[in-house]
Amino acid sequence: MVRAENVYKTFYTTHKIEALVDVSCRVDKGEVVVIIGPSGSGKSTILRCLNMLEKADEGHIYIDGVDILDPKTNINKVREEMGMVFQSFNLFRHKTALGNLTLAQTVVRKRSKKEAEEKAMVLLEKVGIPDKADSYPDNLSGGQQQRVAIARALAMNPKVMLFDEPTSALDPEMIGEVLDVMKTLALEGMTMIVVTHEMGFAREVADRVIFMDEGQIVEVGTPEHFFKNPTHDRTKLFLSQIL
Amino acid sequence: MAEGSFSVTDYLRTRGWRHISIFLFFLMILAVIGGIYYATQKVEYTWRWYRIPQYFYYHDRVEIRAEIGGDVASLVPKGDRVEVKVRGADVEEVYSVPADSLRVSEGDYIYPGDILGSYQQWKVGILLKGLWVTLEVSIIAVFLGIVIGLFTGLARISKNPALRWTAITYIELVRGSPLLVQIFIWYFVLGTMFNTLLAQNGMGQLSPLWYGVAALAVFAGAYVAEIVRAGIQSIHFGQMEAARSLGMTYPQSMHYIILPQAFRRILPPLAGQFISLIKDSSLLGIIAIRELTKATREVVTSSLQPFELWFVCAILYLVLTFSLSMFVQYLERRTAIGG
Repeated sequence: MVRAENVYKTFYTTHKIEALVDVSCRVDKGEVVVIIGPSGSGKSTILRCLNMLEKADEGHIYIDGVDILDPKTNINKVREEMGMVFQSFNLFRHKTALGNLTLAQTVVRKRSKKEAEEKAMVLLEKVGIPDKADSYPDNLSGGQQQRVAIARALAMNPKVMLFDEPTSALDPEMIGEVLDVMKTLALEGMTMIVVTHEMGFAREVADRVIFMDEGQIVEVGTPEHFFKNPTHDRTKLFLSQIL
Repeated sequence: MAEGSFSVTDYLRTRGWRHISIFLFFLMILAVIGGIYYATQKVEYTWRWYRIPQYFYYHDRVEIRAEIGGDVASLVPKGDRVEVKVRGADVEEVYSVPADSLRVSEGDYIYPGDILGSYQQWKVGILLKGLWVTLEVSIIAVFLGIVIGLFTGLARISKNPALRWTAITYIELVRGSPLLVQIFIWYFVLGTMFNTLLAQNGMGQLSPLWYGVAALAVFAGAYVAEIVRAGIQSIHFGQMEAARSLGMTYPQSMHYIILPQAFRRILPPLAGQFISLIKDSSLLGIIAIRELTKATREVVTSSLQPFELWFVCAILYLVLTFSLSMFVQYLERRTAIGG
């Protein structure tokens, strides 16, 4: 489903930052993979490289068999099949919750307004806030905004969902409602790649956990392996710091 | 002090100063007007406000003249008009003349061009005509300025160096030279060239009005471009990322997500720019466009009432700019999120 091979990414800001160094990984259909690691370890960068919000410098990234780094690939077509959820929600602020859900459906998927609205209401129901359909993002709580954002991504019928620290900007009491939606999604068999600091979620839902540090994948394993007896010292150190 | 009483100090401490300030404001306005009036009296200026309305709308006497020579054959009253039949050597003509202005009687001999009578007609005065030209020039220039500014603004933030550098060059050139000089260039350089080319190809000349409009639009466009750029860049980049992550193209994201949000933010500076444009149109008089300022100057020359006329001119500009500013405030309320 998703395959990254020897991906490199370097940022040049005030100084050179090697964000990704020879990263290779694969995610199969229906798998839930959680990427964890200290801040600055490159976990968000690899996620953003997967749908070309960040362009990898070297390597290959295949989504459903399509090499997205090939200049001939229409990245918009690839993105249609990949939902992304951001740390800062990024809801369209001039649109209601319903408008957020229907816009890309009508513009990109060319669905009729009626069809898009029906789909949107089903999804708002699913994330538990059908009554907020006509609210603007500024009038929603963080947790509600993030649930609308998840629904917005789902409205496109994506094959893969990317979550970039979806609960990091939320007040603690709202984290649960967002994680619940994500758990439901995982149970339904959605392919998910989740960057998060929620170890509970990783332990409970993940099929595999990837630990990254300093732009490299240090360790990959099942949650049991990971939280019970990690092999690498860096993993042990990280886990001891956060658990 | 008795309970419930309200002393002067209490009044001053609560609402008093506010009332006194408001009073002072109006006093000041009156003092300025009074001062100006007093000064004009000192230089023996005679105010003749009653003469001003005729430059907006005036009652003109139109004379009815005979086109042929001959005898007045008959006068036939028809209501409050009289039909004058003039019989020449071999032609006959009938003129309808208001009865109270009739100047001829039956049997009179008429030469071609003689006045038979006259009637009154309302005509649009020069100031109103000038105001209309100013309005016309401003509206066209604002419209073109928005189009130029929008595309230049988008080019300005493009990743393509050809687009970006073209936009920067245009913006810097226009912002770096005086509008007056640009108007001269548009009319005396580009205008001469273009009109000569048109003439060589057997086509008619373009009137100065269009060169004036072009100068204003291109001038405003550069400023609008910078306003548009700032507006777009003020929208959080996450909005663009979210749109792109849903599979929308860059133009789609701009159209549906970024520009609608940017539009609200750029409305106030945009309004300021277009208010400037209306005022800048007063420079167009120098290339023989008879807009409001030029019209006022012409009337001042003939009427010798400069004081009244320049005040009127200023007030007319104020009416235009104030209306625009009201309209933009209305737009702002209309486009408010959740409104």
